[in-house]
Amino acid sequence: MNNLLRILFVMLLARPVVRLWLGVTVRHQERLPGTGPAIVIANHNSHLDILALYSLFPLGLIPRVRPAAAADYFLKNRWLAWFATHVVGIIPVVRGGMRRDPLAGCRQALHNGDILVLFPEGTRGEPEALSDIKSGIWYLLRDFPDIPVVPVYLHGLGRAMGRGQWLPVPFFVDIAIGRSLPHLENKEAFCTLIRDTLLQLKQKTLPAAPAQD
Amino acid sequence: MFNLLLPPPLLWALGGVFLLLVLASSSIRLLEARKPEKNWLELKLRIKTWWWIVGCFSLTILGNIPVALVVFALISFLALKEYLTLCATRTADHVVLFWAYLSIPLQYYWLGIHWYGMFIIFIPVYIFLFLPMRMVLIGETQGFLKAAASLQWGLMISVFCLSHMAAVLTLPQLTGIGVPAQGAMMLFYLVTLTQLNDVAQYLWGKSCGKRKIAPKVSPNKTLEGFVGGALTTSVLGWLLGPWLTPFSPLYAALAGLLIGTMGFIGDIVISAVKRDIGVKDSGRLLPGHGGILDRLDSLTYTAPLFFHYVHYLYF
Repeated sequence: MNNLLRILFVMLLARPVVRLWLGVTVRHQERLPGTGPAIVIANHNSHLDILALYSLFPLGLIPRVRPAAAADYFLKNRWLAWFATHVVGIIPVVRGGMRRDPLAGCRQALHNGDILVLFPEGTRGEPEALSDIKSGIWYLLRDFPDIPVVPVYLHGLGRAMGRGQWLPVPFFVDIAIGRSLPHLENKEAFCTLIRDTLLQLKQKTLPAAPAQD
Repeated sequence: MFNLLLPPPLLWALGGVFLLLVLASSSIRLLEARKPEKNWLELKLRIKTWWWIVGCFSLTILGNIPVALVVFALISFLALKEYLTLCATRTADHVVLFWAYLSIPLQYYWLGIHWYGMFIIFIPVYIFLFLPMRMVLIGETQGFLKAAASLQWGLMISVFCLSHMAAVLTLPQLTGIGVPAQGAMMLFYLVTLTQLNDVAQYLWGKSCGKRKIAPKVSPNKTLEGFVGGALTTSVLGWLLGPWLTPFSPLYAALAGLLIGTMGFIGDIVISAVKRDIGVKDSGRLLPGHGGILDRLDSLTYTAPLFFHYVHYLYF
C-alpha cells in the first residue's frame, strides 16, 4: 500500500512538476545507483529537491529510495507526519537528539538494501549557496565502509521554490551527478571532499560562456 | 480533430519540408557510413531536433485553432522560462514571476475569442502596469527598476512578440476577412522564410563573408552573409508568395526582404542579450541547437512585423 502511494506520488506529482512545470537536464544519469544499499548525497535548497531526485529514478526503484529528513520539521503535526512517512517515504532524523542514535533509521534502511538520500548540509539555507557539511554521513559510513556514495548537485530549485515559499515558479533545473566518493578515515577531510565535489559539480551545471574573439 | 483536407498549396509546402528532412536524415546516414572517423553526433542531434520542431509546428497549421493556440502558448512558456532562468531575478519577486507566467494563457485566450484590441494592448499596457504594482506591494526597492524592466522585456519578447505567430494564423478570424485556411498558409510562409533566412545568411557568410557587420555582438556575422541572405529570402518570398499568400509579386518580394532584414536583427538582438548575461546558448532544450530562444530569435522580430505588414495591406 505504502509502495503504491509512493509510486503514485512520484508518477502524478514529482515527475510532472519536475519534468514539465520546471524542466530538467541531467548530466551522467547513468552514475546513479541502480540497486541498494547505496547513499545519494545532494545539496539542499528547496522542498522540491526530493521531488527532483525521485524523478531521476525508475518507478520500480522508488520504494527503495528513502530520503532522510528532519523529524522536528516533518513530524510537526499528524497530517504532515502521515504524508511525509507514507507518501513521500522519509526516514525521520532527530536533529541534535542526545537520547538515542539519530541515524538509527538510516542504518536500518542501509541494512535493508535501500538507497538512502541524504542532504549533508542538514538544512535548506540560501539559494545556490552551499552550507557546511554535517559529519553524520561520516559516522554512518564507519559502519558501511563499502557502499557507494554518489554526489548529486541540484541547480535552480532554490529559485523555483526556496525557503519560506510555497509556490513552485517555473525555472529550468540542471542536475549533475558525480562518481562515487571514496570513504576517508579523517572526518574533516571527508567533509571537505564532499563540499569540494559538490562545488565541482556545480560548475558543470552552469551554462557555457560565449566564444571570445 | 484536424482538417485533413488542407488546401493543396499547404499540403505541397508541408510535404516539401518533410522531404527536406528525409533528405537531411538520409544524407547524414550516408556521410556517416562514408566517413565514420568524423564526429557526426552534433549534426545528427541537430537534424533529430529539427524533426521534433517540424512535428510540433505542423500541429499548428492542421486546421484546429485551439490545438494551435495551446502549442504556441507552450512555446511562449518555454521561451519565458528560459529567459527567466538566465536573467537575474530577485527572490522577493517570486509571486510576481508567477503572475507573469499567468499572462501567457490569457494572451492566447484573447486570440481564441478573436479579441484583437485586447490581444494587442494586454502585455504592453495592462501587464506593464500590473506587475510593477504587484512588486511595489511587496515593498523591496533594491534593484526595482532593473527587475521590473527585465521582466517586462522578457514578456514582450517571449509572449507578446512570439504570440504574433498565432495572430497571423488567426488573422482571417480576427478581421473577418478572407478564409481561415489563409491564416495557416501565411503562418507557414512566415516561419519557413524566417528559418530559411537563417540558413541562407549562414551559407552566404560561410562561403563569401569578409566584412564583419557586428563584431562585438556576433563575431561570425558578415555584411556579405546579411545581404546575400536577405536577397535570397526576398527571392524565395517572391516565389512562394503567389502560392501561400494574397500578396502581389511586388509585395511578396518586399515581405521576403522584411523577413530577411528583420530576422537578422532579431538574431543579433538575442545574441546581445546572451553576451550581456555571459552565456553561449540560451538553454539546453533543443539538443544540437541550444535553447528555444536560440531557435526563435529571428521570429521575435519577424512575427510581429510580418503580422502588421499583412494586416495593413490585406486584412
